[in-house]
Amino acid sequence: MRRRLTPYLMILPAGLWLVVFFAVPLIMMASLSLQQGNLVDGFQQTFHWQNYTEGLSTYGDKVVRSLWYGLLGTVACIVIAYPVAYWIAFHAGDRKSTYLFLLLLPFFVSFILRTVSWKFVLADNGIVLGTLKGWGLLPEGFHVLQTSFAVIAGLAYNFLPFMVLPIYVALERIDYRVIEAAKDLYAGRVQAFVRVVLPLSLPGVFAGVIMTFVPISADYVNAAILGGPQNTMIGNVIQTEYFNNSNYPTASALSFTLMAILLVGIFLYARVLGTKDVLEAAGR
Amino acid sequence: MTETQDAPARGDSATLPAIELAGVVKDYQSHGETVRAVKGLDLTIGEGEFFSLLGPSGCGKTTTMRMIAGFEEPTEGEVFLHGQKVTGVPAHRRDVNMVFQSYALFPHMSVFENVAFGLRRKGVERSEITRRVGEMLEIVDLAGREKRRPGQMSGGQQQRVALARALVNRPRALLLDEPLGALDLKLRQQMQVELKRIQREVGVTFVYVTHDQGEALTMSDRIAVMNDGSLEQLGTPRDIYEHPASKFVAGFIGTSNLLSGEVAEVADGRAVLAYGPGERIVVPLREGTAVSGGQHVELTVRPEKIELHTEPPAGDGSMIRGTVSEVVYLGTSTNYQVVTSAGADVVVFTQNVNSAEDIAARGDSVWLSWDPRHSYLIGQIGATP
Ligand SMILES: Nc1ncnc2c1ncn2[C@@H]1O[C@H](COP(=O)(O)OP(=O)(O)O)[C@@H](O)[C@H]1O
Ligand SMILES: [Mg+2]
Repeated sequence: MRRRLTPYLMILPAGLWLVVFFAVPLIMMASLSLQQGNLVDGFQQTFHWQNYTEGLSTYGDKVVRSLWYGLLGTVACIVIAYPVAYWIAFHAGDRKSTYLFLLLLPFFVSFILRTVSWKFVLADNGIVLGTLKGWGLLPEGFHVLQTSFAVIAGLAYNFLPFMVLPIYVALERIDYRVIEAAKDLYAGRVQAFVRVVLPLSLPGVFAGVIMTFVPISADYVNAAILGGPQNTMIGNVIQTEYFNNSNYPTASALSFTLMAILLVGIFLYARVLGTKDVLEAAGR
Repeated sequence: MTETQDAPARGDSATLPAIELAGVVKDYQSHGETVRAVKGLDLTIGEGEFFSLLGPSGCGKTTTMRMIAGFEEPTEGEVFLHGQKVTGVPAHRRDVNMVFQSYALFPHMSVFENVAFGLRRKGVERSEITRRVGEMLEIVDLAGREKRRPGQMSGGQQQRVALARALVNRPRALLLDEPLGALDLKLRQQMQVELKRIQREVGVTFVYVTHDQGEALTMSDRIAVMNDGSLEQLGTPRDIYEHPASKFVAGFIGTSNLLSGEVAEVADGRAVLAYGPGERIVVPLREGTAVSGGQHVELTVRPEKIELHTEPPAGDGSMIRGTVSEVVYLGTSTNYQVVTSAGADVVVFTQNVNSAEDIAARGDSVWLSWDPRHSYLIGQIGATP
């Protein structure tokens, strides 16, 4: 009897932690998202589903923009992270851990500070643009800040390690003899990569996509610091509604809407790409 | 394949050896030091031959094979495949295929796709691929398992997939690096027979790397015994077993007795070594060996060639005295360990054909005799004046 209970006893602390700090607030937020009222008169539970419909109709474009930025940021992460992970896994020799550490080094600095520093770097007359304008390589009015490019670049930069690490782990796990076998069987470098290395590393890319797409879509810091009014993401709306307008029900309803969309998205994504047939097709 | 034809041809390819290594040296750089893994190897492997590279771990077998496959380039010397110089040609453009010790199957592909991989890369037509893969899986006894993943198969089955994946391309030579090393004894013996059958069936040149002398002896047409990056001896299994050219080969292949003594006289192409009264060892001298009286020499004789007697034997062959130190009964045979009058340890295997009991017991004084044909001087006899 005691032996059967042991595993449950072992997860008890973590379970309690989850219940207190995750489940309870979640339920409270769910309840809040259906309430009506204001800060002065207080909020009453009225099962006001309009919080959802109104939130979505008012801020639908921001939701779409968040998902779109999430997609672009994730793609940018893949494009940048894959070669980096590949190089570290196959060409860094004995210095793999050094390079991984260097890659993570900026992330020891606070998220906000990192983003603010990008603001300095990309400023209209900052180090990069100022210098280029000084050399006459860019027109005076050229700017990067307050554009979607700046926001997406910042997002991709801030979440890059979450893409590099899973891809690196997947590549690192590939037996080099399997790559040699491909070459032995008449595959040149490109074919060996496309048929063997890439498909075997896809699980790492899949994991990386989930680990970057979700936080990027929900982010508000990058849009707030690097973007302009036309780059507002749903995260910024939630933040404003909650902290500035004290409109807790709408903020909660929007949060749950975003969560639901992301969960459904991940579920569909896992169903479509998680199956082995996709890997097999890639290797053919 | 036509892609490999860009090197200058050496002559008519039908009569040329499948593989030729000429003065091949391989140096590795490791931690700032140069390690010479292969020290000047010359080998010629014939078409359709079952050729084994045999030697202890670390003697350079894998390195040699990887240079043939194209995964390593020789530091010095040249590699020829069917007379074509292939030094510098990358692995994917060499018409040889390799079976890796760890199999190195593609884990994300089915058995069918694994086997079809090489044919697809060569651009073979779809229907032809289906036919050839099917045929090959039939040969390796895996028909009906096309859809399995390598991870769902036993070691022996994976081994056969690896074999099929290489052989389906009809390479001019198949390179196998300790292919049975990961299998247990019973499966290994089964696969030895299987490999021989498949090689006979497809008629492809096999270059077989192993550190297992039994495996090499039973399977090979010819064996190259390697030690410390150099070739020790090259010959048929019988050659190598019966006429080991060096102390190393004698010791590495089977059990061998090492004896030594001083040459008393040389006559009729034989050297006679004298010991105590009535004791002598007669050794035939191979052509080109120069031995003179008084010289100290070493020779080998296999345990099963020695006869054990309780009385002094007749004849003019080799005969020496000794004392039995151990008797081990093994059913079909009995092993005796004998200490000779000169103090050497000698092992004798006797077949238990019609003897109901052991010839001698521990502590008995015995005579050992053998036909001079079965003993060989070893080492660099000719080099010593
Ligand atoms: N990539 C390498 N780098 C450095 N030394 C190596 C490398 N590969 C093999 N060696 C060395 O070369 C020698 C021969 O190795 P190998 O060909 O693998 O021998 P075998 O296959 O007979 O066991 C060994 O001393 C080994 O340590
Ligand atoms: Mg080896």
